[in-house]
Amino acid sequence: MGRETRLKIQEWLATLPSLFWLAVFFLIPTLMVFAIAFRPADPYGGIGPGWTLDTIRSLADAHYLAIAWRTFWISGLTTLICLCLAVPTAYTIARASARWRTTLLMMVIVPFWTSFLVRIFAWKTLLHPEGLIKRVLVVLGLAGPQTQLLYNSGAVVLVTVYTFLPFAILPIYAAADKFDFRLLEAARDLGATSLRAFLKIFLPGIRRALVTAFLVVFIPALGSYVIPDLVGGPSSEMLGNKIAQRVFVDRNLPHASALSVVLILAVLAPLTAVLFLQGKKGRPELFIREGE
Amino acid sequence: MKRSLFPRAVTAVVLLFFYLPILVLVVNSFNASRFGSGWQGFTLTWYARLIHEPEIWRAARNTLIIAVSATLVSVALGTAAAFALHRFMGSRLQRLHYTLVATPLVVPEILVGISLLMFFVAAGVGLGLFSIFLAHVTFCISYVAMVVLGRLQDFDFSVIEAARDLGAGWWQTARRVLLPMLFPGIVAGGLLAFTLSIDDFVITFFVAGPGSTTLPIRIYSMIKHGSPPLINALSAILLVITFTAVLLSQRLSRVKNQPL
Repeated sequence: MGRETRLKIQEWLATLPSLFWLAVFFLIPTLMVFAIAFRPADPYGGIGPGWTLDTIRSLADAHYLAIAWRTFWISGLTTLICLCLAVPTAYTIARASARWRTTLLMMVIVPFWTSFLVRIFAWKTLLHPEGLIKRVLVVLGLAGPQTQLLYNSGAVVLVTVYTFLPFAILPIYAAADKFDFRLLEAARDLGATSLRAFLKIFLPGIRRALVTAFLVVFIPALGSYVIPDLVGGPSSEMLGNKIAQRVFVDRNLPHASALSVVLILAVLAPLTAVLFLQGKKGRPELFIREGE
Repeated sequence: MKRSLFPRAVTAVVLLFFYLPILVLVVNSFNASRFGSGWQGFTLTWYARLIHEPEIWRAARNTLIIAVSATLVSVALGTAAAFALHRFMGSRLQRLHYTLVATPLVVPEILVGISLLMFFVAAGVGLGLFSIFLAHVTFCISYVAMVVLGRLQDFDFSVIEAARDLGAGWWQTARRVLLPMLFPGIVAGGLLAFTLSIDDFVITFFVAGPGSTTLPIRIYSMIKHGSPPLINALSAILLVITFTAVLLSQRLSRVKNQPL
């Protein structure tokens, strides 16, 4: 047996298990969502025979458009806030002394490891009418006794920012860590203000990381379901809530599939846009690699 | 050069923002007040009550069973995947393989959940511990593969060639040379898979059936209908476990990273 053949067999042996598993449990199920969107529902919560376009047509409804638009702006606003907070934080960590850098980095990573539901619940307690924040705001005269902090889009944005901020800080930090800060000093020496040097030298220097941070916040935010479910109200329902409602309350799987197709397309849009824009410069670093 | 204070101020606010909710939660778990409205004295009642909740123990058991089994399987599959991706980089098969491994990382959880639900319903797989296990392995493979792949970037494959040249067989090379060198990466990947599995709510919620309640699902229904102080106490326990695990893994990886 030649070396070529032996290597080929070795490659297939190492590749086949994960390739097979992901084809069966990821690729096929995703394709099925597309297929089921064109099937009728049967009255028992299953999938009926034949094919139909009715489910897809029913999506062109003002109610769904409002939800799609809300999903988009809540995710967009969340991403914007995350980037605005992540850039100065990552900059500070990158410029801190070695000792402080490790400590600060740990402090950013630890909340990311804590339970997702526990963090949402913690905010629910804080924003509760009897909670700490409400009472502080009332004392400061910033809120009346009737002000409701929970169950609105503001609460959804706040908790989503809280959940995804570490994901935005880490890639920006990784880039800031490699950035040569002497460039900023040079710009200052040549007469630029701090702000101008920051905007014209630092931000372009970490451009790719900003794109990564945008994607790792915006994409999961589009698929939010638990956060609006727990701290949002009826007026802050997102696409994810509608999908869950179709599955768990209405037992209408074709309808849930059709909505999922919309969500898949919404996720693909920013992803392909980035891949297209960065096309010739290689693939964007979408993943925060541990231990690097 | 004098540096602007603004970034440091933002960082301080961000850290306060990160830790204030967690701190309030832990303090409230010792608060005698039922709704956490003001401090009404120190108590351990909520922790004591927690011990007598059989549902929580059952959920914790289910969570552990799934996490351990899903971690073992996904570490095996993910490590093999990372090895193939690195060793045979650039081949057409590996480009397809990479796409398939990387895509689940950018797909929102709810889509993974609903597509697996459709698949299980269509394929006649009953919803329960087994379907949750299958789902968890699916999303853990990608994370393990990425972590191990990160370690492989600075792996010198001439060592393998050397072992083979010195007469080691395929299995012997893998066991005596490849695995020990990849071990830190495998541990890190496994730890990540374990944590993700223990914490997963969205995907699990879609593919769970009666009798397969996991801890996150239990916490979710407690948040929706349950008593706040009990969740505080449970959350505080989980936080302590997480913090210990993170500190331990940091210690371990620091020792492991030392040159031999």
